[in-house]
Amino acid sequence: MIITTDGLRRDFLVGTRLRRRRVTAVEDVTLDVERGEAVGFLGPNGAGKSTTIKMLTGVLVPTAGRASVCGLDPVRERRELGRRIGVVFGQRSQLWWDLPLAESFDLHAAIHRVPTAQHRKRLDECVELLDMGGFLRTPVRQLSLGQRMRGEVTAALLHSPELLVLDEPTIGLDLTSKERLRSFLSEVNARGDVTLLLTTHDLPDVERLCRRVVVIDQGRVLVDDELAALRHGFAGNRVLVVELTEPAPPLLGLAGVVDVVVEAQGLRQRLEFSPGATTAAELIATVAQRVELRDVSVVEPSIEDLVRTLYAR
Amino acid sequence: MAFLNFPGSTPAGPRRGVYRRIVASRIRSQLAYPGSFVLDVVAQLIGQAIELVVILVVFTQVSSLGGFSAPEVVLIFGLAATAFGLADLTVGQVEELPTYIRTGEFDVMLLRPLGTLPQLLSADVALKRLGRVAFGLGVLGWSLVSLDIDWTPGRVLLAVTAPLVGAVILSAIWVAANAVSFWLVDGREVANSVTYGSGFSTSYPITIYGPWLRRAMCYAVPAAFVAYFPALALLGRPDPLGLPEALRWSSPLVAAVAVAGAALVWRTGVRHYQGTGS
Repeated sequence: MIITTDGLRRDFLVGTRLRRRRVTAVEDVTLDVERGEAVGFLGPNGAGKSTTIKMLTGVLVPTAGRASVCGLDPVRERRELGRRIGVVFGQRSQLWWDLPLAESFDLHAAIHRVPTAQHRKRLDECVELLDMGGFLRTPVRQLSLGQRMRGEVTAALLHSPELLVLDEPTIGLDLTSKERLRSFLSEVNARGDVTLLLTTHDLPDVERLCRRVVVIDQGRVLVDDELAALRHGFAGNRVLVVELTEPAPPLLGLAGVVDVVVEAQGLRQRLEFSPGATTAAELIATVAQRVELRDVSVVEPSIEDLVRTLYAR
Repeated sequence: MAFLNFPGSTPAGPRRGVYRRIVASRIRSQLAYPGSFVLDVVAQLIGQAIELVVILVVFTQVSSLGGFSAPEVVLIFGLAATAFGLADLTVGQVEELPTYIRTGEFDVMLLRPLGTLPQLLSADVALKRLGRVAFGLGVLGWSLVSLDIDWTPGRVLLAVTAPLVGAVILSAIWVAANAVSFWLVDGREVANSVTYGSGFSTSYPITIYGPWLRRAMCYAVPAAFVAYFPALALLGRPDPLGLPEALRWSSPLVAAVAVAGAALVWRTGVRHYQGTGS
């Protein structure tokens, strides 16, 4: 186990001196993460994701409960932990804004006491994979957000951490930058020596990177399951999209279909069905008896729908 | 020696080298704008000179201040100014703590395998503060030469170490005072009043203050040990307040206690740290 927590809780005092209120950001988070896993933390704003991350990385002291990361107490052994994990906070920088990226990396390596040869090797790898050669000499303040985030992730990996924690790593990035970062992270995790823990609003991040999803709401773990199991276990309505050669009236009365949406004047129809009641193959066969099909496709439920359904329960 | 690097071990390494590199990078980035650096130093010098002029103006009206002559007060001023300059140069950055907390940069410091206070202090090195040190040393040197001091080995040692020890005391006071930002959302005002209050109050003989303030400066916030007591020892003159003679030589001891106290306050503050929203 690289992370174990037991009843993790954090309260904040907010308001002015005269009207202090105690707000519980994280109420009870208990979870275990195995080495090599890739875990996605999902939840709305204020659910307690960031606060949990901060307790796991030694930034915040828990009000109650216990946490152990890499076998260390994150608060008491904060510095040792800092040597063993890498952290990227999407909204704050660990680079030196007035130094060229390469010098920031050198300082970072010095702080973590990375031997020079190892530093070179690791940096060269990251520079190549993330295509950073063109702006290594540029001061950090002049980098675009996408370039800076590539730098942040590299800095977090230079000291070969056992665990990489990413808090909203793709926030504000354009699609290309997001994709580049995701494929890099997925490669890093696939090699097996780095455990990934990430929070995100961006569901494709999770779909792309995480096999396991932890949904946090109001400071508690709402769901903790394999992404695939979540998909099929919950909310599992899939949609069969059929394209017809000629316009047809709505295809009503099909077994297992709960909703029909007609588009393009009847040329395209979206049949929402529950996987428990029928299968895509059966449905396609039945529809093909009624009308002439040009094309079919099946839309999986998005995690967005899934999370929405979870919250609605 | 790979066997030393098994997980969980703490490899021995040049910890000091890290800060040297950080500070060197800070200095390089400042010297990138030499014009503004020179202007800043000049501005600091003028600010300090005005404070000295105020003292001299006062002495055109009175012949002694709290029982001390003009050169004696200038000695106290010189000791205090040098100590303040040195403290400002090394720990002045601590007054930016509220900014680091607000922007979340303090979170980043907590993520690095280094102490938070050394990181904060080395996050920026304001070389313009050298102006203050230079001015303080000039005033101190002048007063030491012009006063008729009975030089003994002990006094020579004191003259050299007093500004350093004073700087340590002031640094400890500032660190402890600025740690209030861990509790108060914007503790900057409180902290600044202590920082600049300590700079101002140490520049004069404590005899000019009322008994309560005097007691506070001797026993609570040990500002009197920055310049007043060392000055008495250098001058070899009786204390107008009749305080024990041992106090004059005890600044190093007070500095050690102050540092221990400040470290404790800082550590408690970090534990209390609430962070920012996201």
